[in-house]
Amino acid sequence: MLSKADFSSDQETRWCPGCGDYAILASVQSFMPELGIPPDRIVFVTGIGCAGRFVYYMDTYGMHGIHGRAPALATGVATSRPDLSVWVVSGDGDALSIGGNHLIHTLRRNVPLKILLFNNQIYGLTKGQYSPTSEQGKVTKSTPFGSQDHPFNPVSLALGAEASFVARTVDTDKAHVAATLKAAAAHQGAALVEIYQNCNVFNDGAFDAVRAKGQREVNQIRLEHGAPVRFGIEGERGVARGAGGRLELVDVADVGEEALIVHDAERADPSLAFELAHLADRPTGPTPIGVFRSVERPVYGEALARELEEARASVGPQQLEELLHSGQTWTVS
Amino acid sequence: MQGKTVEKLDRVVVRFAGDSGDGMQLTGSRFTDATAVVGNDLATLPDFPAEIRAPAGTPHGVSAFQIHFASRDILTPGDHPNVLVAMNPAALITNVETLEKGGTVIVNEDGFSDHNLRKAGYESNPLEDGSLDDYQLFRVPMTSMTVRATEGIDEISSRDAARSKNLFALGLVSWMYGRPTEPTVDWIGKKFADTPAIGAANLAAFRAGYNFGETAELLAVHYEIDAAPAPPGTYRNVNGTQALAYGLVAAAIQSGLGLFYASYPITPASELLHSLSRHQRLGVRTVQAEDEIAAVNMALGAAFAGQLGVTATSGPGMDLKAETIGLAVAYELPLVVVDVQRAGPSTGMPTKTEAADLMMALYGRHGESPLPVIAPSTPSDCFDGAIAAARIAVTHRTPVILLTDTFLANSSEPWKLPDVASLPKIDPDFATDPSGFMPYARDANLARPWAIPGTPGLRHRIGGLEKEDGTGNISYAPANHEHMTHLRAERVARVSVPDIEVDDPDGASLLVLGWGSSYGAIQGAARRLRREKGLRVATAHIRHLSPLPANTGEVLRSFKRVLVPEMNMGQLVMVLRAEYLVDCESYTKVDGLPIFTRDMMEVIEPRC
Repeated sequence: MLSKADFSSDQETRWCPGCGDYAILASVQSFMPELGIPPDRIVFVTGIGCAGRFVYYMDTYGMHGIHGRAPALATGVATSRPDLSVWVVSGDGDALSIGGNHLIHTLRRNVPLKILLFNNQIYGLTKGQYSPTSEQGKVTKSTPFGSQDHPFNPVSLALGAEASFVARTVDTDKAHVAATLKAAAAHQGAALVEIYQNCNVFNDGAFDAVRAKGQREVNQIRLEHGAPVRFGIEGERGVARGAGGRLELVDVADVGEEALIVHDAERADPSLAFELAHLADRPTGPTPIGVFRSVERPVYGEALARELEEARASVGPQQLEELLHSGQTWTVS
Repeated sequence: MQGKTVEKLDRVVVRFAGDSGDGMQLTGSRFTDATAVVGNDLATLPDFPAEIRAPAGTPHGVSAFQIHFASRDILTPGDHPNVLVAMNPAALITNVETLEKGGTVIVNEDGFSDHNLRKAGYESNPLEDGSLDDYQLFRVPMTSMTVRATEGIDEISSRDAARSKNLFALGLVSWMYGRPTEPTVDWIGKKFADTPAIGAANLAAFRAGYNFGETAELLAVHYEIDAAPAPPGTYRNVNGTQALAYGLVAAAIQSGLGLFYASYPITPASELLHSLSRHQRLGVRTVQAEDEIAAVNMALGAAFAGQLGVTATSGPGMDLKAETIGLAVAYELPLVVVDVQRAGPSTGMPTKTEAADLMMALYGRHGESPLPVIAPSTPSDCFDGAIAAARIAVTHRTPVILLTDTFLANSSEPWKLPDVASLPKIDPDFATDPSGFMPYARDANLARPWAIPGTPGLRHRIGGLEKEDGTGNISYAPANHEHMTHLRAERVARVSVPDIEVDDPDGASLLVLGWGSSYGAIQGAARRLRREKGLRVATAHIRHLSPLPANTGEVLRSFKRVLVPEMNMGQLVMVLRAEYLVDCESYTKVDGLPIFTRDMMEVIEPRC
């Protein structure tokens, strides 16, 4: 039996004390044994940023890449070795700014990668500039008069990129993180998991609405496939389709339980997931977490990998000889 | 062939030129195949615009194909054509100046309408105003004769028929130089198997052109060029792109590794993607990545996973890949990066050649980031260059840059096929033993173990952060960084490369030292100057630009003068001067064209 210790490297973790990354690392290390995959067949790939250090703390195979390119590095690993379980750990700057192109193309191709996007809505490693998920007006070192950029909603972006699996969880919610990662691991194809991660040094409290005790109970809208979407301490609130066709937050008592929408993560068209992603543009009030979308579609490179493997087994000098002699040749005697 | 005179020639340069929609590349490559069958030595140079279909009839839409063929060993596609086939006025105006004085101009008279003359920029008709008096002019109404020849073929409009006029030109020139018709006839049969009417039109046009040569009064002479003496063996015609693709496939087979090739389309390197993507049955995986950076990262990721990771690009793509190549230096993993150099800066001239990426290959990454650099010298040498690059990458666990250029990629020559059994084996030597495993342990070449994921007990992490030698743990220790920086340099220095071979039959005081695709022109010029003028000149070529051959300094110092011709502003010469303190002279050419034999003769002669 594998245990958490089998996935913990001997390297000293060096994130700031109190960083949300510690909680995520502990959850991942605890959850990994459940996969039943030996650590020798697991590869973690990271980019640059605080999240990039994650790879050094996992006792698996690992590549710490350059800024933004982890999905591309991981694509090289995963497509050539379908026998491996490949995980990408990235941040909001790494995945959505410098590496945005690789992220969307990895998702549309449906490369078999599990991508954990640690979203802290700030640049931490470079000491506090605004990120592509920071709210408009954010005052940081690089935006003393407030940021003018409109932020990305990572779930919405992933859905727009045709992702086959998109989920969201919260760093300190160990059980929810584990359940979400388990669903991602079970998914065949690319899985994007946005993890709200508190940066207690440069952006403390950004996710308090869904993270802090006393608020999270009120604001977390936990999506469960096949279940009516309700939330609140007593489940007294819910999500229903309003008169204009838009999703609205409602009191269940007002509309009746039958009026609530039922979450369907497996719906082929992504419109419901997209609407849910836009229920809350910012995690400052009621915000959905859990699996937004989980659909099957062909996995990139899988069939080809098997064909190539077979082809290689029978390729030798004779095939090379034939290749070189293909086309028109002539002989000088 | 009654009444026709046969003249023997030892070499001919023919240039086919027309609109980019006229099929001149196809005409040239068919003529090349028929020439190869005769056993002539040959070299070709396609010369086409970057625009896929530039406005018809304009000078910047002209596409040309030049072939040099001979009854002796030749090295370049030739400087000045003896024959120019011009399908329209634009083709004439852009190419006539390169033609030798007294050379032959064959024009498609039907293409010389007032409209086309104006578009080409002619104020009067050069066929009539005497401006071509220095040449032998043959006016052939190719379009109308093609249309007539295809009358009676059902389902062919006269417009479609007229499109076969390039085959008429091919037939005519094939007759002039005694090329066999079978290779072309066979090719038409195969190419148009699914569209027999178009095949019939092309065949009729080809035969009409050939028969026109044979029967018309216009051409009184045709020519014979004997087969060139060549060592026994099986030959094929190959361009640099094909040879490189074959070399990469061969390296994969010889190493037992999967070939993982990722690239982003870019002229002229895309041809390599096209070429390799056909070889899935040989276990080759090609990926068209979302961008240049993704391509090199995918190849590097695949290398970590135990593949022969390869990416290719041209100049602008090299700029983008630089950071990842530096990562590969830090990872110490095998990676082959092919740079098909083209004229820069920036987008520059995508279809024109240059060799100005040498400094970038050697030094174009931040920090001290050394790696081996190899530059093949001829189209067929790209095969050996690819194998050498892969062998060094795999055995030394390092990224290797292979520098070719547009000219090498597109130019073709006969290639004596290698004996597959004699190709070197490449041992990936994957690590498997967990006892005492350290990811940055060193072998005799200072290479580290290649421990691929899935191997029990060899889990480790690599990254771009500086690492402690041996353990691979992150380390910012001053002494360790100093050590690692020297070690990375030493790792490249320990790559064993062959000595420079000097060709100096007469004890010359001048050495002409080249690299890359200038080989043919340098050798050709030296041979002619020795043969025709009795001059003494030595030549040598550097194939390994990093590390440089061990005898480089000794070679440089053993000549009174050293001339270094390059298709850049003097990059190798700067390295040689800096490394060896020898006052080498520079010859530079940056006009987007290859260095010609004549260029070399002009600069060598006064120095002899």
